[in-house]
Amino acid sequence: MSLIEVADLRRTFTVRRRVEGERRKQRTEVEAVRDLTFAIDAGEMVGYIGPNGAGKSTTVKMLTGILVPTSGRISVAGVDPSRHRTALARRIGVVFGQRTSLWWDLPLHDSFDLLQKIYRTDPARHRANLAEFVELLDLGSLLDTPVRQLSLGQRMRGDIVAALLHDPEILYLDEPTIGLDVVSKGRLREFLRALNRDRGTTLMLTTHDLQDIEALCDRVIVIDHGTQVYDGTLAGLHEQGGSHRTVVVDLVDEAPPIEVPGAVTRRVEGPRQWLSFPTDASAAPIVAALASSYDVADLSIQEPDIEEVIRELYSRPRSG
Amino acid sequence: MADAVVDYCRIAGLWVRASMAYPASFWMMAVGSFLMTGLDFVGIWVLMSNVDDLGGFSLTEIGFLYGATGLGIAFADLLVGRVERLGQMIRMGRLDTMMTKPVPLLVQVCADEFAPRRFARVLQSGLVFAWAAAYVDWTLPRALVAVEMVASGSVIFFSLFVGLACVQFWTADSTEFANAFTYGGNQVTQFPMSVFPAEVVKALTFVLPIAFVNWYPSLYILGREDPFGLPDWLQLASPVAALLFAAAGALAWRVGVRHYRSTGS
Repeated sequence: MSLIEVADLRRTFTVRRRVEGERRKQRTEVEAVRDLTFAIDAGEMVGYIGPNGAGKSTTVKMLTGILVPTSGRISVAGVDPSRHRTALARRIGVVFGQRTSLWWDLPLHDSFDLLQKIYRTDPARHRANLAEFVELLDLGSLLDTPVRQLSLGQRMRGDIVAALLHDPEILYLDEPTIGLDVVSKGRLREFLRALNRDRGTTLMLTTHDLQDIEALCDRVIVIDHGTQVYDGTLAGLHEQGGSHRTVVVDLVDEAPPIEVPGAVTRRVEGPRQWLSFPTDASAAPIVAALASSYDVADLSIQEPDIEEVIRELYSRPRSG
Repeated sequence: MADAVVDYCRIAGLWVRASMAYPASFWMMAVGSFLMTGLDFVGIWVLMSNVDDLGGFSLTEIGFLYGATGLGIAFADLLVGRVERLGQMIRMGRLDTMMTKPVPLLVQVCADEFAPRRFARVLQSGLVFAWAAAYVDWTLPRALVAVEMVASGSVIFFSLFVGLACVQFWTADSTEFANAFTYGGNQVTQFPMSVFPAEVVKALTFVLPIAFVNWYPSLYILGREDPFGLPDWLQLASPVAALLFAAAGALAWRVGVRHYRSTGS
C-alpha cells in the first residue's frame, strides 16, 4: 500500500451567481477537482503542477484534511485525512507559500518552542533538528525577530523549519520558492534534496517554477481544470507536451532569420531573434554555431514555461 | 481532553507573555475594561436607590443575580471569546494553518491571541457577587448550588459563543447576530425574571434556556418562591441545561468544520 492513495477524488463548490433577469441568485456547482486517481510511495518527490485555479490547492487541502472531499477516497499514511486530521497532523508537515503558520507577533524562537510543546516532540530531538535546520537555512541571526518583521524569503525558511521540527513523513509545499531570489531558491532546493535523501521524507510540491521540478522531482503530476492530464517523468512531459527551450539572440545588426542546425527561428524583431530547440537537446552546439557564424551582442536561454507546456499537452490528442 | 487543556494553557501562556511585553498597555486596557463593565452595576445601583425593590427583589438579591450571570459570561469571554473572530481567521487563511496542527481546532481558535485583560471582567463580576453573597443565608446545599450555578452559567455562555460563531463557516461575519444572544443574554439575566411577562420567562426557560444561567439556582440559594409558580426542580436543573447547550454547540462546531470551504489559493 502506498503512503498516499487517492481514488476517484472529486470536490465541488456551490457558488451563488446573479443571473440576468432573475431576482434570486442562482446556485451553480463548480467542480474544483474531479476523477483524480494517483498513488505516491514513501520517499518519492513529486511535483504537482498546473495553471492557476487548476485545483492544486484544493487537492492539497483534501490530502491534509482541511477540506472534506465531495466523493472519492483518500488514504494518507493509512488514514482518512478529514476524519483523522488532528492525528495525521503529527505525521505531516505543510507549508502554504502565501500564508504563514508561525505566530505573527511572536519571535521566531517562541513559535518553534511552542511547536515542540504542541507536537510533543522529544526535546533532545527537537533541539537537534532545530540546530540542524537553522544552520542549513541560515536563520540563526533571525531567531529573536518577530515574524511580522521578516522578509518573504526569511519567513518562508522559518515556515519550512516549523513544518519539519516534528520529523514528518510527508512534507507538502505550496509554491515554496515564490518570491525568492536565485541564490535563496538554490539553497532551498539543495536543502529539500538533502532532506529527502537523508531522512527519506516524502515530498509533494506544487509550483509554477519548472526549475523547482527539474531540480527536485523525478515525477510530475499535471492537473488542469480539476482533472489529471499527466503523470510521469519530467522528460516524458516535455516529450508529450512538445515543449522547447528558446535562445534569445541579440545580434549587433539586423539580419535575416538565422539558420543554425538543431534550432528553428520563430520570431525576428530588429536585431533580436528567437530560436527554439527541443528541451532534451543541449544548448551548447547551438550557441557555438551562433557565435561562429554571426556577430552576437548578447544571448540568453529561456526555459519552457509551465502554462505553455500544459497548453501544448492539452491541444494534442491524449495518449493516456 | 487533558491534552487539549494543556495545549490551551501553553498557547494562551505564550500570549500572556507577549501581552506582558507592553505592561502599560496591558494595565490601561485592564482598568478600562474593569470600569466599563463596572458602570453597568452602577446603573442598577442608582435605579435601586430610587425604588425599594424591582420585581420583588432587593438590591443585594439583584446584585447576586448580576454577579452570577456576570461571572458566567466573563469566564466564557476570557476562555473562548476569541471564537467570535472565526470569520476573520477564515478570510486570512489562518484557519487552514491551524488545521494542519495536532491540536483540536477549537482549542487553537479560542486560545489564539488570548487576552489576559479580559480577566478584569471576571474580577468586576466577582466583586459584586462576593458583596451580594455576604447577605445570603448560606447552607451547604446552597453553597453547592452556587458553585454549580457559576459552572453551568459559564458552560451555557461558552456554548453560545461557540455555537453562534459557527454561523461564520457559512457567512462572512455575524458577530452582531451572535452578540444579540451572548451579551444580550447576559443583560436579560441581570434583572430578576419577575420584571418580565410570564411568556418571556417561559421562552427563556424552555425555548432558549438562558434563565438557567442564574435565575433558577438563585431562587434556590436565596430561598425564594418562584414568582411564576413553575416547578421547583427547575431550580436544580441548570447542569442539564448546560449539557444541552454544550451538545448543541459541539454539534454546530462539528458540522461547521465539515462544511468548511477554505479560501482560494
